[in-house]
Amino acid sequence: MTENLLLVYQSLPYLLKGSIITLKLIGGALALGLIIGIPMAIGQVYGNKYVANLISFYVWFFRGLPVLVLLFLFYFGLFLFLGFNLTALTAAILVLGFRSAAYQSQIFRGSIQSIGEGQMMAARSLGMTKFKAIWYIILPQALRISIPGWSNEYSIILKDSAVTYAIGLMEIITRGNFIATRTYQPLPIFLTCAAIFLILTYGGVKLLNILEKKVKIPGYGSYSNSGEEY
Amino acid sequence: MIDLYFIQDVLLPPLIEGVLVTIKLIILSIPSGLILGILIAVGRVYGNKFISSLCAIYTIFFRGTPLLVQLFIIYYALPSIGIFFSPFMAAVTGFILCSGAYHSEYIRGAIQSIKTGQMMAAEALGMSRIKAVLYIILPQALRRAIPGCSNEIIYLIKYSSLAFMVTCVELTGAGKIIATRHFRYTEVFLVVGIIYLLVVSIVTKFLNILEKKLRIPGLE
Amino acid sequence: MHEDNKIILKVEEIYKRYRKEEVLRGISFEVRKGETKVIIGPSGSGKSTLLRCINQLTIPDKGQVWLEGEEVTHAKKSINQFRQKMGMVFQDFNLFDHINALGNVEIGLIRVKGMDKNRAREKAMEELKQVGLEKQAYLYPAQLSGGQKQRVSIARALAMNPSVMLFDEPTSALDPELIGEVLEVIKKLAINGMTMVVVTHEMGFARSVANEVIFIESGRIIDQGSPYKLFTNPEHERTKKFLYKITELYGKSVEER
Repeated sequence: MTENLLLVYQSLPYLLKGSIITLKLIGGALALGLIIGIPMAIGQVYGNKYVANLISFYVWFFRGLPVLVLLFLFYFGLFLFLGFNLTALTAAILVLGFRSAAYQSQIFRGSIQSIGEGQMMAARSLGMTKFKAIWYIILPQALRISIPGWSNEYSIILKDSAVTYAIGLMEIITRGNFIATRTYQPLPIFLTCAAIFLILTYGGVKLLNILEKKVKIPGYGSYSNSGEEY
Repeated sequence: MIDLYFIQDVLLPPLIEGVLVTIKLIILSIPSGLILGILIAVGRVYGNKFISSLCAIYTIFFRGTPLLVQLFIIYYALPSIGIFFSPFMAAVTGFILCSGAYHSEYIRGAIQSIKTGQMMAAEALGMSRIKAVLYIILPQALRRAIPGCSNEIIYLIKYSSLAFMVTCVELTGAGKIIATRHFRYTEVFLVVGIIYLLVVSIVTKFLNILEKKLRIPGLE
Repeated sequence: MHEDNKIILKVEEIYKRYRKEEVLRGISFEVRKGETKVIIGPSGSGKSTLLRCINQLTIPDKGQVWLEGEEVTHAKKSINQFRQKMGMVFQDFNLFDHINALGNVEIGLIRVKGMDKNRAREKAMEELKQVGLEKQAYLYPAQLSGGQKQRVSIARALAMNPSVMLFDEPTSALDPELIGEVLEVIKKLAINGMTMVVVTHEMGFARSVANEVIFIESGRIIDQGSPYKLFTNPEHERTKKFLYKITELYGKSVEER
C-alpha cells in the first residue's frame, strides 16, 4: 500500500503537467466554442432561413459524430489534406472547439428564445436597431441564463479531453498510461488520474456556480433545473 | 480523390463487421444502463441514508470522470487485482456503469418533479412505498425523463467508439485499421462519419416517435 | 336513525408540532357509525394535519387513533391495512395523472386488494356511476374539470369499501360553479349512512349534513355541538367571531343560512 502511495506521490508532478495541457485544451476549446457559438445562436434565432439552415447543418454534423471520429478525421485526414501541419494540441483545440460551438450554440439559442418577445419589441420601439437590441438587451440576459448549461458543457469538454489520448496529446490520461505501462501499477495511477479529473470537474462547476450567483439579476430565482446539475 | 472502388471493395466489408460489433455493444449497454439508472435514482430518492449516500457517491464518480478513464481502469487496471475482462465486456461494463449514472440524474430530477400529492394519495389508498413508487411515481417520472434519457442514449451510441481504445474493434476501430493501412484517413472517416450520422438520426427519430406515443393525454 | 351506536373512529389527545410551532394541541373526539362530523376553523388551525394524523400520513407526536376498536397509531406493520379502511379525499384531488378515470378508481382494488382485474373494473364502473361520471370513465385527469376530478377521487376512495371517509376541504380548490356537484355527492353519502369526517368552509353544507360540528382554532377544539347550536347560539366568543367573518365573506347572516 505504501509503495502505491509513494508511486502516486512521485507521479503527481508529471501528471499535473498533463493537467496544464488539459486546461489549455479546454480553455481554448471553450473559448472557440463561445466565439463561434454565440453568433451561431443569434443567426439561428434572428437570421434568415438560409443562414439558419446552414447553421442547423453544422450543428447536426458536429453533434452527430463521435469525438473520436472527429479527431481522427481532422488530425490524420482533413488538416493534412488542407495542407496544415498542426501540433496535437492545436488540432485538438480546433476540433473540440468547433464541436463545442455546435453544442454551445444550442444552449445560447435556448436562452435567447426563452427571453420573451416583449424585450425585443420594447427595445425596437425605443428606436434600437436589431443589432443594438441584441447586444444591449437580449445577450446580457441570455448569457446569464446560459450559465448552468454552459457549466454542463465545461464538464463534458473536460471529460472529452481525455479522448485526445488517441491522437497522442500528452494530457492526463496519456501520461498516466505512460507511467502505468512502465511501472506495471495501473490501478493506483489510473485512480489518481480519475481523482484529478474529479477535482477539475467539480471544482470548475463550483466556480461557475459562484459566478452565476455573482452576476445574478436581483429578484430572479435560480436558472438551474433539476437534472441540469453536474 | 474519392475512390469509389476502394470504398466498396476494401473499406465497406470491415466497416460492416465493425458496425455489427457496435450494434452488439449498444444493444447490450443501453437497456442495462437505463435499468441501472432507474435503480440508482430510486435508491437515491427513497433509500435510507446509507443506500442514498452510496448511490450519490456512485453518481459523482461516474459523472465526474471521463468514460475513457473508467474503461482503462476496468480493462487495464483491474487485472492487477485479479479481475479480467475481455475487450468487448470491458467496454460493455464501462458503458453500463457510466450511462447508468447519467440516466439516474435525469430520472432523479423527474421523480423529484412529481407532486408530493401523488405519493400521499397512493399511500392513502393503502399502497406500500414500493407499490406506490412502482405503479404511480415511476410511470410518470419515466415519461418526464424521456428527453434527458434519449439524449443519453444518443451519447452512448457515439461514445461506443471508445471501445476501440480498449482494443475492441467496432466501427471506428475498423475504420482506423483500414485508414492506417492504406493512408486514406479522410475518405475512411468521412464514410465512418456518415454511418454514425445515419444511425444517430434514425435513432433520434425513433425516440421522438416513442415520446409522442407515450404522452399522457391532456397534459401539454 | 343509526342502527348501532358503534364507535367507528376515536381520536385521543393528538399533538403535532412542526419545527417550533405546535399545530395540534390535544385534539380528542369520537365518530359513531353513520355520523358525519364537520370540522371548521381558520386556515392554519391544523385541520388538514389532523386528518393526515388519522390515517398516519403524518405521524402525530402524541396521542392515539382507534379504528373500529383497533389501535392505528402504533401499528407499523398493518398501517396499509388500516388505510384501506379509511378513504381520503384531498383538496388538490391528487388523481394519478398517468391513468384515466376508470384506472384511478380500479388501481387500489387491483394493486392493494389484489382483486381480479375484471371484477375490479366492474366495481370501478359502478362507483363512477354512483358519482355520475360513467361517461367520463376513459378520460384522463388532465381532460377533466375540477368538479369531475374531485368526484373521481371520491369514487376512488369509495371503491375500497372504507369504514370511514375523510374529506380534507374537498371543495376549496374548485371554481364556485363546480362546488355544487361535489357537495351533492357527499350529501348523498351522508344520507346513505357513511361515517364521515369533513373539513370544510362550506357552512351551508355543514348545517344541512353534519350531526356535529367541531370548531378548531390554534390546534385546540374551541366549540363542539349540533349545527343548530353552533350556528345560532355558539358558546364561545371566538366561534362567534369566526362564523361572523365567514358569513361576511359569503354575504349572508348566520340565520339566513
